[in-house]
Amino acid sequence: MSDLALTARPPLTDSFTMIGRSLRLSRRNIDALMTSLMLPIMLMLLFVYLFGGAIHTGTAYVTYVVPGVLLLCAGFGSSLTAVSVSNDMTGGIIDRFRSMDVGGAAVLAGHVAASAVRNAASTLLVFGVAFLIGFRPHAGPLDWLAAAAVLLAFILAISWLSAAVGLLAKSPDAAGGFTFFVMFLPYPSSAFVPIDTMPTWLHGFARHQPATPVIETIRGLLLGTPVGNSPWLALAWCGGILAASVALSGVLLRRRTG
Amino acid sequence: MTEHLAIEATGLEKSYGEVRVLAGVDLSVERGTVFALLGPNGAGKTTTVRVLSTLIRADAGRATVAGFDVVRERHLVRRSISLTGQYAAVDELQTGEENLRMMGRLAGLPGSQARRRAAELLERFDLADAARRRVATYSGGMRRRLDLAASLVGRPSVIFLDEPTTGLDPRSRQAMWAVITGLTDRGVTVFLTTQYLEEADQLADRIAVVDGGLVVADGTASQLKQKVAEHRLDLTLVDAPAFDDLAARIGGRAVRSDPARLTVGLATDGSAAHVRALLDELDPHGAAVRTFALHSATLDDVFFALTGHAATPSGTPEMATAGV
Repeated sequence: MSDLALTARPPLTDSFTMIGRSLRLSRRNIDALMTSLMLPIMLMLLFVYLFGGAIHTGTAYVTYVVPGVLLLCAGFGSSLTAVSVSNDMTGGIIDRFRSMDVGGAAVLAGHVAASAVRNAASTLLVFGVAFLIGFRPHAGPLDWLAAAAVLLAFILAISWLSAAVGLLAKSPDAAGGFTFFVMFLPYPSSAFVPIDTMPTWLHGFARHQPATPVIETIRGLLLGTPVGNSPWLALAWCGGILAASVALSGVLLRRRTG
Repeated sequence: MTEHLAIEATGLEKSYGEVRVLAGVDLSVERGTVFALLGPNGAGKTTTVRVLSTLIRADAGRATVAGFDVVRERHLVRRSISLTGQYAAVDELQTGEENLRMMGRLAGLPGSQARRRAAELLERFDLADAARRRVATYSGGMRRRLDLAASLVGRPSVIFLDEPTTGLDPRSRQAMWAVITGLTDRGVTVFLTTQYLEEADQLADRIAVVDGGLVVADGTASQLKQKVAEHRLDLTLVDAPAFDDLAARIGGRAVRSDPARLTVGLATDGSAAHVRALLDELDPHGAAVRTFALHSATLDDVFFALTGHAATPSGTPEMATAGV
């Protein structure tokens, strides 16, 4: 009676099935979706209209702040991956998947890919609102492409890191704590205010943390100002975080699922 | 391995730190039968299922499932089995149909076949009306049925059900039993765990009783019942001194003892002559026993006899006679 149904599947089939699943789950988790879409926009409005007048950056504040908001938005959206992964690991479904010979990597890949799609959507929304309130970039098509690539690298890096955190966390609630960390990471960087205005002891961290080169790159590319070595630093950070997270996830998956 | 066995395990051991969960479990399950692993919480039932379904490795011992070694050939085992755990392993935010179609894709079915198989299973498990509703809106019983349907999508030859009815109301439990009974019609082997004696009695062709990580008895329900006498005579005494006095006199002959209710149980063949003889022997003056009741032996009695402690909050013994 054991048919040939459970025969070997073509490679990547499971990952595609899992991506479809994760996308459906994200679309239906209205609370999380609204929060990840609305929060960055609210913050952008807050910064532009409430704090913006008091912050001097040498350009219109909206122009200065949009790259930072994009990063905040991407980071926050990506960090929700931790919660989804933890939900899977602590619920019964991972046992079902494993007993069907579906690898943990496919499950994680589904969540990360869904995260990328979700964040692409919220990024477009942020751009849309930014245009409405006066954001005017001076970028050619190649600049846009390069900026999108750097942002995508950042999203993938944070999503995988987030997946690793989801594997590590004891419960989905604990995994949710990671969003806090990612939410606050852009503040001590050049996202909202120039680093020079911060106390000296913070300069070291603010200049050399991963959010800064990513923001500097996106800002430079969109506004047509020189970017120096920021793109390489940004890609190195993202690549490093990505590689470390994928490796850590592999180890955690093996440990968690024997 | 032996051709007619779906599951064979010898000497499975597993410890978590100092706790020895499995202390050398031996099992064999014939193809096309329902096998129940019966035991109280913490007896090692779930751990046994997790070893057999390749989710964890035993520290010692070996096992084959569907003819494949659970360690060396675990990928082949996984393609022959399904596992339904204690908690419904379906996505609440997907509909019943979407869950089943997803499982179908993961089981290697092409899209159109996955859709057909989902529709067929929804129909069979009485979920067709709820197919397009999200699982979050399902009742407990519906969720369990969907979960079981999900485990059947890939047509497994061995199905593991870990406590399939725990937490269900009596009606949903009955419905679940009907579904499980129907599974072997299709030639699959069902390995279920339960803490309910009644459930094992109802569903299983063979039962293994586990306690403290060891199989303490193994056989058909009636073979196990024969390990204790066919009937049990319960005597309820008039007061505590009478209970203590009788308990002291019969000592190890009691198959059951419940000081709170002043009741002791004794083995009997159920004949009038034997019951009368017992009453005359134990209560010659006719003053100590208030009531008696005669019960057919249940698996509860077997469990008590085998392990020296009661099994579960289940097992209402059917009343055969009552009087005095």
